Amino acid sequence: MHYFPHTDEDVAEMLAKVGVKRLADLFGIIPDACKRKNPLDLPAALTEGEMNAHMDRLSRSMAAAPEYNSFLGAGRYDHFIPHLIPSLLARAEFSTAYTPYQPEVSQGTLQAIYEYQTLTARLLGLSVANASLYDGASALAEALLMAMRITKKRRIALSRQIHPTYRQVVATYLAPTDHEIILLPYLPDGRTDIAPVSSINDLAAVAVQSPNFFGCIESLSHIAEAAHRQAALCVTGFTEALAYGLLKNPGSQGADIACGEGQSLGIPMSYGGPALGMLACKNEYVRSIPGRLVGETTDMEGKRGYVLTLATREQHIRREKATSNICTNSSLNALAAAMFMASAGKTGIREIARLNYDKTAYLKTRLEEKGTELPFRAPVFNEFVVRFPDGFEQQYQRLLQDKLIAGLPLERYYPELAGHYLLNVTETKTRKQLDDFIWEVHR
Amino acid sequence: MKNELNRDGLAFNEPLLWERSRKGRVGLSLPRRDVETAEIGDDLVGDATNFPELSEVDVARHYTRLSQWNFCIDTNMYPLGSCTMKYNPKTHERQAALHGFAAAHPLLPTRLSQGLLRMMAELETFLAEITGMEAVTLQPAAGAHGELCGMLMFHAYHRKNGNPRSKIIVPDTAHGTNPASAALCNYRPIKVSSGENGILAPEEIARVMDEDTAGIMITNPNTLGLFEENIREISDIVHQKGGLVYGDGANLNAVMGIVDPAASGLDVLHLNLHKTFATPHGGGGPGSGPVCVKKHLAPYLPVPRIIRKGDAYDIGENFPDSIGRLHSFYGNVGVMIRAYCYIAGMGADNLKKASQLAVLNANYLKESLKDTFELPYDRPCMHECVFSDRKQHAHKITTLDMVKRLMDFGFHPPTIYFPLIVGGAMMVEPTETESRENLDRFIATLKAIAAEAEGNPEILRKAPHGCRLRRLDETAAARKPCLTG
Repeated sequence: MHYFPHTDEDVAEMLAKVGVKRLADLFGIIPDACKRKNPLDLPAALTEGEMNAHMDRLSRSMAAAPEYNSFLGAGRYDHFIPHLIPSLLARAEFSTAYTPYQPEVSQGTLQAIYEYQTLTARLLGLSVANASLYDGASALAEALLMAMRITKKRRIALSRQIHPTYRQVVATYLAPTDHEIILLPYLPDGRTDIAPVSSINDLAAVAVQSPNFFGCIESLSHIAEAAHRQAALCVTGFTEALAYGLLKNPGSQGADIACGEGQSLGIPMSYGGPALGMLACKNEYVRSIPGRLVGETTDMEGKRGYVLTLATREQHIRREKATSNICTNSSLNALAAAMFMASAGKTGIREIARLNYDKTAYLKTRLEEKGTELPFRAPVFNEFVVRFPDGFEQQYQRLLQDKLIAGLPLERYYPELAGHYLLNVTETKTRKQLDDFIWEVHR
Repeated sequence: MKNELNRDGLAFNEPLLWERSRKGRVGLSLPRRDVETAEIGDDLVGDATNFPELSEVDVARHYTRLSQWNFCIDTNMYPLGSCTMKYNPKTHERQAALHGFAAAHPLLPTRLSQGLLRMMAELETFLAEITGMEAVTLQPAAGAHGELCGMLMFHAYHRKNGNPRSKIIVPDTAHGTNPASAALCNYRPIKVSSGENGILAPEEIARVMDEDTAGIMITNPNTLGLFEENIREISDIVHQKGGLVYGDGANLNAVMGIVDPAASGLDVLHLNLHKTFATPHGGGGPGSGPVCVKKHLAPYLPVPRIIRKGDAYDIGENFPDSIGRLHSFYGNVGVMIRAYCYIAGMGADNLKKASQLAVLNANYLKESLKDTFELPYDRPCMHECVFSDRKQHAHKITTLDMVKRLMDFGFHPPTIYFPLIVGGAMMVEPTETESRENLDRFIATLKAIAAEAEGNPEILRKAPHGCRLRRLDETAAARKPCLTG
C-alpha cells in the first residue's frame, strides 16, 4: 500500500523544475557518512486485505469481554461506550485536524474543548480545567510540579493508596528536581493515614487518590484541612472519574487541584492508552496550570468564538520557563469524554455511577455472606479488596482457563498483601456474571 | 438557546452544549438495573453534577455541526511545517478499533495479551531498523514526552557516571519543547546560533561544549528544513567532552531509508508516530513519541519493557538503572497500532519513496515560490522550506495577513513565525501525499495573494472573509480569561 498521488510524469516534470535528474539527487547535500549503506530491512509490504487478516489474528489472541468475565480494574475500567461516541469521533474533521493554532478554521475543536473544560470543571467542582494531559499518572506528576511552583516548597506527602504506577511516574518526573516524597501509610480501614502530615514542614502538597487504589473513598475534607494547616495544597487524584457522578466532588471538599484519569468517560481501554489526563484547579492558580487552555473571545464583528489562550505559560512562547513541556495532549479523548458527559447528562451520569456502586455492593455483600474476607471496611465505589483463602493462586489460574479473571493480585504492588485481590465491578456486569463469579470462587 | 431562525444555510450557528439543555432529557441508553439499590452514607453523596440534559439527536447534531467548522487533512492540503500533516489511511482506524485491541485491559496476564505484545515488539524492531538504533521504548505519549524521556536518560546516565552536569546545548532553531523538556531536568539551556547558511557550525558547538554540559539537543533536518551537514563532527565534539547527542526526530519524514541517524552520531532519538507514521493528530492529540537509543543507553530506558522469550512476549520491570515509568501503563497503544500498520503496509521501498516524494514536493514548492517570497536560505531543502514576508513589507502586509487570506482559498495556513530566527516565517511542509496539481493550485494561490498584497492589501488585512468567523481577538481572550461556561 502507499498513498502517493504522483505519476511518473509528475515526478519527471517536478524534478526538472527543481533542476535535478533523479530522486536520489535531492539528497546530494547529505554527507556519505550519514547515509544508509543498505536498504531498510523490513517485512514485505502487506495489501489491505492481508493486513486485515493479520490484525484480526493478533486481535483474536487478546482476552476481552464478553468472552472473558473479567474483574480487572485498577486504573482502567470496562464501561459501556454508546456507539454515538466512536461514530462522531471518527469524523475526519475532528480526528485528522492538528492542534487548533488557526482559530478561524478550527472552531469545531476549540468550542468542543471549551465545553470539555467546562464539564470537567463541573464534574470536579473546581473553577478551571485544562484542555487535557496524557493520562492520569502524568496529570498527577504535573499537578505536583505545579504545587511546588506555587508554594515554592519541596516536600510532598504522597498517599501509599495512590495507584502504584502513578507513584512511579511521579518519582520519574521529579527525579532531577530538588524534592522529598513522604509516603503516607494506610489505616486498617483502607484509607490514608493523614496523621503524619501535621509534623511535616516545608510541605508543597498532600496528594491522595479517591477512590483510592483499594477502591476506598477517602475523607477528602479532612485531608484538605490537614494540608491547609501546613499551608500546603491539597491535590486529589483519581483513576475513576465516573465516581464523581455520585460522590462529593474534590472541589466541594476543599481540594486545590484535582487530577486524574478520564478513560471511564467514553474511552476504550485500548491496553492502557491512549487515555485522558484531566486537571482542574481553583481559579487563583490558573496561570500556573500546565498544558493548553481554550478561552472565549469575539471576532472582528463581535461574534462569539474560541481561541487557545494564556499561551505565555507555554513552551512555544516561554521555552525553558514554561509551566510544562507538554504540547500534543489527548485532545480527541477529551472530545470523547465531553460527548460522554453530554450524552449521560445530569441524571444519566448519576444513574450510571449509582449502578457501579450498587453492583459492587451486591458482589461485596454476597461474597462476604459466603465467607470471603473483606480486609478493609471503608466505603468503596466500584472496586474493593478481598482476601481469598491460602492456595487460591491455583484456583485463579484454573479460572483463567475458564475465561474468568478473578481480579488483580495485589502482592506485586503491596508485598504485605499476599492472597489479596482487587476486584472491579462496572455497570457492564450482569447479575448473572456476578453470581457466576461468586459460585466459581467458592466452588 | 434563543429561538432564532437559522439564516446561514448549512453553516449552522451551533450553541454551547448547555444552551441546548432541556430538563428531563438523557442522550444514552442507560444500562439495565438488575440489582437493588444499596445503602450509601449521606456524607458520601454529592449534589447532582450540573451537566446539560440532551437527547442523542441533540448530541449527534451538535458535534456534527461543530465538526463542519474544522479544517482537516481530508478537507485539503494542511502544510503546517514540522507537523507532517500527511494523509491518515482509513484502514488504520479499522485495525485500532478491533474489539480485541480496544477492549484489552492493560493488566491482563501476558499470555492473554500476546497479540498486542507482539505488535509492540515488532514495532520496536521496525523503528530500530528505520533509525539504525539498538533499543526502543514506545512508552512516551507524545514528542515532548519523548524529549522528557531522553533528557531524564541523559540525567540518569551522567549521574551514574558521577558527574551530573548542569547545562545543555539547544540551537536557536529548536522546537520550544526542547528547552522546556531540558528545564524539567534542571538543565540550563545554552543557546547556540546557526550559521549564515542555516546550519550549525562545529566551531560554534566546540566553543560552548564543556564537561559541565550534558550534551546537545539537535533537530535534523532542522526547523529551516535543512540537513545539518556537520552533524557527525558536532557529535564527535560533544562525545569528546563526555556529552550525549539527542536527536529530535520530528522531521524524520524527510530521510527514511536514506539517512542513518545512528551513523550520524545520535545517542538518543525520539520519533513522532503522529507525524512520520501517519497516525491522526486528533485536533491536538493523542500522539506517540517512541525513543530510540544506542546500546550504552538501553539500561536507562523507561520500564516496563517488552521482552521476547522465544516465540512469546513478556513485560519486564527489573531494570535497575531505568529512569522509571512515564505512563500509567505502556503508552498510547492505539496510536502504535496505526503506525505499525502504516509500516507493515508501506514496506521498505515505499517508506523510502515517501521521504523522496516529501522532499521533492518541498523543493518543488520552494523553486516555484522563491521569486514571490523571500527565501532566506536558498539551498536544497528537505521536507519543508521557510519563506519570510520581507518582500511584502513594502505594502505593510505581514505573514499573518497572507496566511489568513489562504483560508479564503481553501488551504490551511503553514506554520508561521517559527523558526524564530526568520522574521515573519512561513514554514511550509507539503508532505508526500499532496498531488502535483494540488501543489500547483497552492502555488497559484500564494502568487495571487502576493499580487493582492500589492494591489489590494486591505483585503488581506481583514482576511479571512470566507470562514464562519472573522479574525479573533486573542489579546482580549488572554487579558480576561473566560475558560469555562
